Amino acid sequence: MNTDSVIMLRRNFKHTVRNPTAVFNAVIFPVVLMLMFVYVIGRAFNVGVKYIDYSTPGMIVLAICYGLSATALAVNSDMTKGIINRFKVMDISRSAVLNAQVAATMLRSLIAIAAILGVGFALGFRSSANLGDWLGAIGIILAVSFAASWLTVALGLFAKTPESAGMALVPLILLPFLSSAIVPVAKMGTGIRQFAEYQPFTPIIESIRGLLSGAPSGGYALAALAWCVGITLVGYLWSLSTFKKRA
Amino acid sequence: MTTTAIAVSGLRKAFGDKTVLDGIDLEVPAGTVFSLLGPNGAGKTTTVNVLTTLMKADAGTVRIAGHDIGTQTKAVRAVVGVTGQFAAVDELLTGQENLQLMADLKRVGSGEAKRVITGLLERFDLAEPAQKLVSTYSGGMRRKLDLAMTLVGNPQIIFLDEPTTGLDPRSRRIMWQIVRELVADGVTIFLTTQYLEEADHLADRVAVLDQGALVAQGTPAELKRQAPGSHVRLRFTDAGELDAAARVLLGSVRDNEDLALRVPSDGGVKSLRSLLDQLDEHSINTEEFSVHTPDLDDVFLALTGHASIEEQAR
Repeated sequence: MNTDSVIMLRRNFKHTVRNPTAVFNAVIFPVVLMLMFVYVIGRAFNVGVKYIDYSTPGMIVLAICYGLSATALAVNSDMTKGIINRFKVMDISRSAVLNAQVAATMLRSLIAIAAILGVGFALGFRSSANLGDWLGAIGIILAVSFAASWLTVALGLFAKTPESAGMALVPLILLPFLSSAIVPVAKMGTGIRQFAEYQPFTPIIESIRGLLSGAPSGGYALAALAWCVGITLVGYLWSLSTFKKRA
Repeated sequence: MTTTAIAVSGLRKAFGDKTVLDGIDLEVPAGTVFSLLGPNGAGKTTTVNVLTTLMKADAGTVRIAGHDIGTQTKAVRAVVGVTGQFAAVDELLTGQENLQLMADLKRVGSGEAKRVITGLLERFDLAEPAQKLVSTYSGGMRRKLDLAMTLVGNPQIIFLDEPTTGLDPRSRRIMWQIVRELVADGVTIFLTTQYLEEADHLADRVAVLDQGALVAQGTPAELKRQAPGSHVRLRFTDAGELDAAARVLLGSVRDNEDLALRVPSDGGVKSLRSLLDQLDEHSINTEEFSVHTPDLDDVFLALTGHASIEEQAR
């Protein structure tokens, strides 16, 4: 297999290897965050179950979002440096550059998720999920990563400078904190609670949490997938139209 | 047998209400060097961008190797190579990896790719830093790598947008040498430059672009014929001397501001001697004496209206 997208992915792969701090960041920060919440802060929370069991699904989603900033920067620097014009003038697939960025992002977030799960198990996370539940959870995690990656690519393309690309991602990185990732929505104050209930990350995290605890909720899973499909479509179409416009 | 590599007619392009290209017509025979000459902002880069499918024209037709850029974009992209004004290289890869990326994208077989890449690295004087990241390269090295990347896959028509701007003399000579070698191999080169010397050295045909329109087209020799003829320029210390000289030398043109006089002359020894004799005879003191033969600079200045002081005084 040697399509344009695969060749481009190889390029992104080399970039990732050359820039280990980006990977380190994407892995270390979520892990530190997890240790902080589980050991330091989480003991004060009463969430009904062991806090590590409650928080691991949320940490997985936090890890996905946190790793996106490297993608926005990479996409933006591709666009602002001359290299993209070279690709555009060549007889290669228009979306190869973008496909490769999405694939590289997903690979990077899978590494971070593996680290989170590893640390989670070490801290006592136990799942009563069966194989089917695990596959379902993995499916939703991949869908979230895919959707968030496309949205990030669009934001990276849209931003005029690397600085604004970084800024554009802040809401996406903060959004999981305002969901049921850290504490149940029911414990939040009025206003923020309604926001948390209806934003995409709550059904996404609840569906993963349900699957990993062996008590899947069809409603949440459906809402999560609907959000993922919607975000992917918006991100993909926005990316392509921005890519065409920017020469 | 001559075929047309690039045929452009009635090309127009505007950004908002600012017209950048205002009806360009040109034709480049295959296997020749065509140079588009013009000052900054004349529309050179826009022309290259349109011709290489990066931008869409507002009006006019462009055929590259017989393919229409609007309807046969893919075919056009398959035959052209472009080296733009800003090095289009991947800084996070090494020089070697950049070339390998191009070879992969153009589906050059792996054995052939290795040979091509080694050859290009040697040719561009980049063999030694080949394994270093491009982020450590100097500006000149990036430009050379950029052109080397363009050459992977042997494009038939190569667009070079100010390829030597900002290069040191040694790198510039390497670039020129490579352009000549490419043309010898039958490649067509479309070159934009601000340097007349470059166009004079390399180009078979030159077109002068100014404010979106071609103001002249021809071989370097033809264009030089359009320049004001060769002349002698005399400069004096005071207006009295200038007056005296202007009375004596028939057909001369004054430049009062500079206290200079421009005298038509063929630049030959005989006519120069007689000019000097005349000055001597009338005891006219000349501060400075210089002989000018026209070069493309004169043509350029005369045609684009960004005239030198002599031109303005005429």
